[in-house]
Amino acid sequence: MAFPEPRPQAPELPQKLLKTLDCGQGAVRAVRFNVDGNYCLTCGSDKTLKLWNPLRGTLLRTYSGHGYEVLDAASSIDNSSLCSGGGDKTVVLWDVASGQVVRKFRGHAGKVNTVQFNEEATVILSGSIDSSIRCWDCRSRKPEPVQKLEEARDGISSVKVSDHEILAGSVDGRVRRYDLRMGQLFSDYIGSPITCTCFSRDGQCTLVSSLDSTLRLLDKDTGELLGEYTGHKNQQYKLDCCLNERDTHVISCSENGKVFFWDLVEGALVLALPVGSSVVQSLAYHPTEPCLLTAMGGSIQCWREEKEGGAG
Amino acid sequence: MAALDSDSDEDLVSYGKGLEPLEEGERPKKPIPLQDQTVRDEKGRYKRFHGAFSGGFSAGYFNTVGSKEGWTPSTFVSSRQNRADKSVLGPEDFMDEEDLSEFGIAPKAIVTTDDFASKTKDRLQEKARQLAAAAAPIPGAMLLDDLITPAKLSVGFELLRKMGWKEGQGVGPRVKRRPRRQKPDPGVKIYGCALPPRGSEGSEDEDDDYLPDNVTFAPKDVTPVDFTPKDNVHGLAYKGLDPHQALFGTPGEHLNFLGGGSEGASNLLGNVGLSKGRKLGISGQAFGVGALEEEDDDIYATETLSKYDTVLKDEEPGDGLYGWTAPRQYRNQKEPERDLRYIGKILDGFSLASKPLSSKKLYPPPQLPRDYRPVHYFRPVVPATSENSHLLQVLSESSGKAGQDPGTYSRHQLNASKRGQLLGETPIQGSATSVLEFLSQKDRERIKEMKQVSDLKAAQAKARSLAQNAASSRLQSSTPDLGHCSQHPTLGSWSAATRASNFKPFAKDPEKQRRYEEFLAHMKEGQKDALERCLDPSMTEWERGREREEFARAAQLYVSSHVTLSSRFTHAKEEDDSDQVEVPRDQENDINDKQSAVKMKMFGKLTRDTFEWHPDKLLCKRFNVPDPYPGSTLVGLPRVKRDKYSVFNFLTLPEPTSLPTKPVSSEKGQQQHGSDKSRKLSRWDTSKLERKEDSISEFLSLARSKVGPPKQESSPLVNKEEERTVDKGAASQPEGEGSRPSMDLFKAIFASSSDGKSSSSEEEQDDSENDQEGTEEANFQSSQEVAMVESAVTHTAEPVPCEPAAPFPIQKIQIDEREEFGPRLPPVFCPNTRQKLETPQREKHKKNKEKHKMKKEHRRKREKKKKHKKHKHKSKQKNKKPEKSSSESSDSSDSRSDEEETADLSPRELLRRCTPVVQ
Repeated sequence: MAFPEPRPQAPELPQKLLKTLDCGQGAVRAVRFNVDGNYCLTCGSDKTLKLWNPLRGTLLRTYSGHGYEVLDAASSIDNSSLCSGGGDKTVVLWDVASGQVVRKFRGHAGKVNTVQFNEEATVILSGSIDSSIRCWDCRSRKPEPVQKLEEARDGISSVKVSDHEILAGSVDGRVRRYDLRMGQLFSDYIGSPITCTCFSRDGQCTLVSSLDSTLRLLDKDTGELLGEYTGHKNQQYKLDCCLNERDTHVISCSENGKVFFWDLVEGALVLALPVGSSVVQSLAYHPTEPCLLTAMGGSIQCWREEKEGGAG
Repeated sequence: MAALDSDSDEDLVSYGKGLEPLEEGERPKKPIPLQDQTVRDEKGRYKRFHGAFSGGFSAGYFNTVGSKEGWTPSTFVSSRQNRADKSVLGPEDFMDEEDLSEFGIAPKAIVTTDDFASKTKDRLQEKARQLAAAAAPIPGAMLLDDLITPAKLSVGFELLRKMGWKEGQGVGPRVKRRPRRQKPDPGVKIYGCALPPRGSEGSEDEDDDYLPDNVTFAPKDVTPVDFTPKDNVHGLAYKGLDPHQALFGTPGEHLNFLGGGSEGASNLLGNVGLSKGRKLGISGQAFGVGALEEEDDDIYATETLSKYDTVLKDEEPGDGLYGWTAPRQYRNQKEPERDLRYIGKILDGFSLASKPLSSKKLYPPPQLPRDYRPVHYFRPVVPATSENSHLLQVLSESSGKAGQDPGTYSRHQLNASKRGQLLGETPIQGSATSVLEFLSQKDRERIKEMKQVSDLKAAQAKARSLAQNAASSRLQSSTPDLGHCSQHPTLGSWSAATRASNFKPFAKDPEKQRRYEEFLAHMKEGQKDALERCLDPSMTEWERGREREEFARAAQLYVSSHVTLSSRFTHAKEEDDSDQVEVPRDQENDINDKQSAVKMKMFGKLTRDTFEWHPDKLLCKRFNVPDPYPGSTLVGLPRVKRDKYSVFNFLTLPEPTSLPTKPVSSEKGQQQHGSDKSRKLSRWDTSKLERKEDSISEFLSLARSKVGPPKQESSPLVNKEEERTVDKGAASQPEGEGSRPSMDLFKAIFASSSDGKSSSSEEEQDDSENDQEGTEEANFQSSQEVAMVESAVTHTAEPVPCEPAAPFPIQKIQIDEREEFGPRLPPVFCPNTRQKLETPQREKHKKNKEKHKMKKEHRRKREKKKKHKKHKHKSKQKNKKPEKSSSESSDSSDSRSDEEETADLSPRELLRRCTPVVQ
C-alpha cells in the first residue's frame, strides 16, 4: 500500500508522579505489579502483604499471616492466588479473594528473598539466603518441594521464571539459568554479588544487576555481554532492576534516591528520576504501559508518562 | 424465725408471717382459727380451697381459668391458607405460673433432686475426700463434689451388692474369726481420744472363745490409698496450717498423743469434720453459730467428762488391754518418744522409726603437710644412656636428688620402665618419648646435616617460590629427580611423617598403601629417589606422575591433620559401608580465570559453565515441558562417587573439570574405575559433555575457528609419527577437552605405552614448536635455566619471572596456535616468552577478531530489536549507520583499554590469577 508506515513514537518514560501511596505497613520491601498491571502488591515489613489499585490508590485487601516481614510477592496468571515469601522462612500461597492462607510451605533454612510463580501458577519458586531455590508444588499436598536447586554457593537474591527457564541470581556472583527444556544449567560468572536478574521481554537477554553498581545485559544463549549500564549506586542493598515495557530502556533503583533509565542499545543514561532522598528499595514496571511503581520507605509512588495517555 | 433480724430481712425470703416476739410473761397467742387462714396468690387474690382432704386448689374459674366457661380453646387456624405452626404443647403449657415457681409442682429452678442427694454417705470415702479437701488450696472446695453425685450406683457397686456385699464392708472372702465391727452409729459423737473403730488387733484372743466357728465376717474395709501425686515442694507429709484444726480448734489435739497411732489421728479429724454433715470452710466459734446449725456443742470448747468414755468397751488403743489411761510404762514401751519428737501426721504406710538414726560420724580431713603445693609437675623420664647422662644429672639435681645414686633409688622413685629394667623385662617400644629414639646414631647425624642443607634449600626455595607455585598448579608429572626435589617434604615434617605412618590414607588399595609406606620409609632414610623406587614399574608414566604427587601430598597433609586430630577422635566402631562420597561430577570452573575475564569484560565462553542438569519429572510436568532426560532417574546435577579418602577430593585442584576426562582416573586405583573409565570414554564423543569440560579450551576452539584455517605446518599424521618417535619418558599430560581427536589417536598413544613411555603431547608440541620457532629457542633455554629445578611439567609456567608483562590475551592466542597440532592441551594460562615475538601481529589479529565479535553481538542485538521496531526500520536506517560506527569505535577503544589493563598487571598478579594456590 502506498500509505507510509506510521512514524514510530519515541518510547516515553514514566516521569510524571501520578500518585504517592502511604502503605502504612512499615517499610515497603517490594512492590510488584500483577500480571496485567492493574493491581499491585506491596510487601511490608509489618508482616503484611497489601493489594492495591495503584492508579486509583485504593487498598483492596490486606493479607496477614506472615510471621516476619514480607520480602517478595507474586501474583498468579489468573489473579486468583498470590504467593509471598518473607523473613519467617516460609512461602505462603494466598487466596486473593478471601485473603486466607491456602498453604504455607516451610523448609527454607533462611529468609526467603524472592518468590515467583511459574507460568501456570502451578509451581512456586522461592529463593532464599540458604542458597537454595525450592520448587513448591501448588497442586499436591506434599509439604516437600518438588525439587531443590542447590547449586548456588551463596544466598539467592533473585529468581525469575519464563515458560521453561529459571533464572537465578546469587550472592556468589553467578547467574544461573536452568533450562528445563534442554536439561541444562548455564552458569554465568559475574563476579560481584547479584542483586537482581530479569529476562528481557523478548526472552533473548538477561539483565543482571550486581553490587558493583553495574547492570549488565547478557545474551541469554551465549552469556556474552551486550551492554553495561552504570551511573547509579548499588553497593549494599538488594535493589530491583527491570526493562521497560518495550525493552527499549533499562531501569534500575539506586541507593541515592533516584531511578535510572538507560537506553538499552546505546547504554547511555537517559533519565535519572528523582524519587526521594532515601534508597529506592524496589520498583515494578507495568507489563504493557509506561507506568512505573517505586517503593521508598513506607510508601510507593506511581509514575506515568508525561502526557497522560489512556486511562489506567 | 427467719425474720428475726431486720438486717437479714433483705436477704431472706420470708414465707408466712413472723411471730411477734413474746413479751415477758405473755402467753402464746391463740392459734388463728381455720376460717381466718387465707391463701392468696401473687396478685392478692384469694385462693380457694376445696376438697376435704387434699386441700388442693380448685382448678376452675376462681383460681385459674379466667372465664366462666372454663377453658377456652385455642383459636382455630385453617391449614389451607396460612398454615398453623404446629407447636407441640407440653405439659408446661397448661400449667400455672405458680406451678413452675420454686415451690410449684414443676419448679424450673435447679434443685438437687433426691436422686442426687445421696443420703447414705460412704464414711470412708467421705473421710478421704475430706482429707483431700483440707489439703486443697481452697479449703472446702471439695464440697462441690458433694453436690453432684451420680444418681445411679456404679456397675461395680451393683455387682458387689449382688454378690452380697454391703456398704461399709470390705471386699474379699469372708474371714472367720475376725469380727468386723459395724461402724459406729453416726449419731454417736466421739470426742477426744478416738477409738480405733474396728477390728482391733489386740482383742482377737479374747474374742476367740465366744465366736462360733460357723460364723464368718466380712473383711475389714480399707481406707483407699491416697494416690494423689505430690505436686508441691514441701517435705513429705508436710501440711500447712490445717483449716480444720485452726478453725475448729481440734479439741482432741492434746489428746492425740494418747490416741492409737495414725489411724486414730485421722479418725479424729474425720470425726470433727464429718459428724452431722457439719460444714467445712470458714465457720465456727469466731463467727457464731449459724441459725441452721444444730450443734453448738463446741462453743466454749470446754471439756467435760461426758466427752470421755465412761464405759469400758472392747476396743481399746494399743493392744486393747488398756485405754488411754493405760499405765505409763505400758504406753511408753510401745511408742517411746513419739509424742515428744513428732507431732505431725504420719503418712499411710509409714511408721515412726523405733530408734533414732545414728548420727554419722564425721572424720576431719587429713592435715596437709606444711610445704604442700597443690600442683604436680611431671618430671621427664630420661633413660640413663651414655648420651643423656648429663641431662639426667641435671634433672635429678633440679629435683633435689643430687646426692642420690641411681642405684639407690627408693621404691617410689622408680618409674615403670625402671622397675621393668630391674625385673629384667624387655622395654616396651611404645614408651619411647621421642621419635628420634627410633633412629640410629648415624641417622641422627645425618638429620643434622640435612637440617642445615634444608635451611639452605629453604632459602633457595624462596627464590623459586613463584615458579614453584606455578609448577604445582598444574597437575603434571615431573621428571623423576627434579620432581622429587620440588615436592620434597621438608625435614621438619619427617618425624611427623613417621608418626603418621600408622595412618593409612590409601587403605582401600592395599597395594597402593604398601607403596606409600615404602615411600615413607624411603623418605625417612632420606633417599632422594624415594618416590621412584616405590612406584609400581608396571604403571604408566602418567599414573606414576599422579601417584607421586599423591604420595607427596599425603605425606604432608595427613601428617599435620592426623597428628592433631588423632588425639581427639577414636576410630568408628563400625566402618562406613560406603567409602565413597558423592561429589558433583562437574564443578564450576576455577574462579580466577573468570575474574580476569570479567575484568576484561570478556563475558561469554570464559565466564560460562554449562552443566547437565536434570529437572525433576514433576517439575517438567508442571512447566509443561517434556522431560529432557526421559530415561534418567537423576535429579539435579549428575554426581559421581569418589573415593572418600582421596586427597584430591579435598584439595582445590587447579582444574577439577579436567580430571574426569583423564584416561585413567587417578583418584581410585585404575581397576576400580574400569567401568567409570569406559563410561567416560564413551562420553568423549558426545558434544554435550565436551561443552561442560573447560570453558577456556572451548573459548580457544572458538577463537581458533574465528582466526581462520589452522596452519598446516604439521599435520596430525606427522604428529602421530612424532608421538611414536619422541620418547622422553615424561609423564603423559591430560588432554584438553575442547575437541577430542579420534579414538584412533588415543589408541595409538596408549597402546604403544606398554613400556610405560607414553609420550606427552605437550612435549611433542614443544618439539614441533621448536622446529618452527627455532629462533625462540635461546630465549626459552634461558628461561629454563632460571627454573632448572622445576619439572618439565611447568614449562609454560616457568618463564613467568622473565616475562612479567606478557598480556593475557596474547598468550591465549599463542596457545591457540599450538593447539592446532594434535590433541589439544589443557588450558594453560600462563604467559610464555615465546609470545614475545609474535605479539604485534597477534594483537592485530585479536583486535580483528574482537571487532568481529562485537559486531556480531550488535547485530544480534539489533535483530532482537527488530521484533519491536519492525515498523521503525525504514525511518531508522539513517540513524543506524552512525550508531554502528560509534559502537564500533567504542568497541575498539574498549579492547584497547583491556589490553592496557592487563599490561599493568604485575607478574605476581598474573601468576596469582593463573594459578590457584596449591599447598
